[in-house]
Amino acid sequence: MTLPRKLTRWLVALVALHCAVAGAGFFAPYDPVEQDRDHPYLPPMRVHLMDAQHHFHSRPFFYPLRLREGSFDQYEEDPAAAVPLHFFMRGAGYSLLGFLPSRLHLFGTDGARIYLLGSDAYGRDQLSRILFGGQVSLLAGLLGAGVTLFLGALIGMAAGYYGGWRDDLLMRAAELFLALPWLYLLFALRAFLPLSVSPLEAFLLVVLVIGMVGWARPARLVRGVVLSVKERDFVRAARGFGAADMYLLRRHILPETASVLLTQAAILVPQFVLAEMTLSFLGLGMPEPTASWGNLLASLQQYSVLVSYWWMYLPALAIVPFFLAYLGLASALQQRSGAYKIDEQSSWSPT
Amino acid sequence: MRYFLGRTLHAVFLLFGVSLLTFLFSALTPGNYFDEMRLNPQISRETVAALRAQYQLDRPLPVRYAHWLNAVAHGELGFSFAYNSPVGPLLWVRARNTLLLTITATLLAWLLALPLGVWSASRFGRPPDRVLSWTTATLLVIPDLVLALGLLILAVRTGWFPTGGLASVGFENLSPLHKLRDLASHLALPVAALVLTTLPMLLRHVRASVAEVLDAPFLRAAVGHGIPHSKLLYGYALRAAANPLISLFGFSVGTLLSGSLLVEVVMSWPGLGPLLLEAILARDLYVVIGGVLLSMIFLVSGNLFADVLLYWSDPRIRIAASAK
Repeated sequence: MTLPRKLTRWLVALVALHCAVAGAGFFAPYDPVEQDRDHPYLPPMRVHLMDAQHHFHSRPFFYPLRLREGSFDQYEEDPAAAVPLHFFMRGAGYSLLGFLPSRLHLFGTDGARIYLLGSDAYGRDQLSRILFGGQVSLLAGLLGAGVTLFLGALIGMAAGYYGGWRDDLLMRAAELFLALPWLYLLFALRAFLPLSVSPLEAFLLVVLVIGMVGWARPARLVRGVVLSVKERDFVRAARGFGAADMYLLRRHILPETASVLLTQAAILVPQFVLAEMTLSFLGLGMPEPTASWGNLLASLQQYSVLVSYWWMYLPALAIVPFFLAYLGLASALQQRSGAYKIDEQSSWSPT
Repeated sequence: MRYFLGRTLHAVFLLFGVSLLTFLFSALTPGNYFDEMRLNPQISRETVAALRAQYQLDRPLPVRYAHWLNAVAHGELGFSFAYNSPVGPLLWVRARNTLLLTITATLLAWLLALPLGVWSASRFGRPPDRVLSWTTATLLVIPDLVLALGLLILAVRTGWFPTGGLASVGFENLSPLHKLRDLASHLALPVAALVLTTLPMLLRHVRASVAEVLDAPFLRAAVGHGIPHSKLLYGYALRAAANPLISLFGFSVGTLLSGSLLVEVVMSWPGLGPLLLEAILARDLYVVIGGVLLSMIFLVSGNLFADVLLYWSDPRIRIAASAK
């Protein structure tokens, strides 16, 4: 496959994945914090087209689950009470992308609630929580990568452009940050910040912590590019015409670092999403009831959940397609820029 | 010798920087271990103040840092508030368990990666190589957290492996052979998680560096001379491709204490990971700093170790270093 096509393919995949998460309100049948205390830990339900009498129905339907007789945690389908699925129906209110209020959902039901991916301890819909949790995790990853790239570009440009003792100092600091394994760094940073905070504060904290961990590698790469670019003819010419440092950096040098920064972004975003997941999984990130991919998995730390409710593991699988798409994009970008060795950019420290 | 002196000095500087950095972060901390006590009406204000004074938390930061450095110089790493004991022994017990886990996993990963990587490189681009590449690519997109949890669920549902801890109840009464078997069954799951997360990266590096060497003229000449295939691969190609792999091995050794943090927490392995997490949640300052520093010492000495190995294995580096 040719390179541009490869690039486009991964980009399309990424956009589609992000749209699914950004439109969580529409794709999810329920509000992610809406509880249904009568139905904790329901297993995933199946959507049928054929009923028990082998009659075909054009409208998909499902059977609500009821407790199997003589058991207290085994469920079975109740064939007497088929509930049809409705598409594009009105349900719980949400605001699309944070500012478009809407009540429209891709699908929903009248009466019994449908749990396509099961329900959690409070009877909240897993599918809805995974979709809405993705918003938090992905946004944390994206913003974290933004902070990191901003810091990295700033420090890298300062070090590369001004050189001398500033370069030495900044690059020693970068070495320090590169030497520390990132999970430790994350822990250490998180250890020294307040523990119990509101969801919004927690989110900003997580973004900040994640963003401050990874600046060293992009800074080094940007510095390398700046070192070679600042001796190029067009930069010297511009300087000859009396361009100020700031102007030179912004107008002539920053654009040259774009491909490095872009590739770094594709590498960093999934890593940072995982970082958010790890922090929240360990109880250091997003607090309940706000859903994030990390704290959705936190219940797996209880042995009873691990043994009995395998569908609580499903949120973990949500990140895999994102990882795949970002990794594909990163390698396509690397191939395109070509000049930079793959190892230098992608060798992530195994936690 | 000058070469090693320089590297060691560099390493010491790095450690110094890390300790300073962690202390600085701790200075920015709102709150400390004794803040919870302050909320407790049963504990008087004077008691909390006395405790703070006892652990010198009321002193300014440079003084605390100096005290701590002094303690480190005397072989101590400070005092744990939560365990009410010196940090050193506390960390050491946990570090031993972590090392047991990571050394097993690292050895296994390398023993798998070397032959598989060489084999894959010798069939570069052909079906077996492609199958292996696809497998590593698949493993690469499964994050460690997802993999570890998945393995855990698998173990719980099948009941094949114990799902936590280091030994069964009544471990002391087992015969040596059974002890070994018990330990192995407890190790299996975390080791599998670690091997599966590190193997793809190792395999890719081995494959890439060997494949690069296999293209070199001297190896084609060796083929022409009729040197047996296996000797060619392991005697010549692997040796020539060793440099980046030695650096990588040094890195593997360096991450022995830090690479398994998450897996330990997920699989409840009684290593450094759970201890550190508890310490963070309890704001047990010196345990956190001690843990970070200990793993940094490992990391730095791992890199140093790689430098020594490189110096020993590659005459070009020896000559370049002595020429300086």
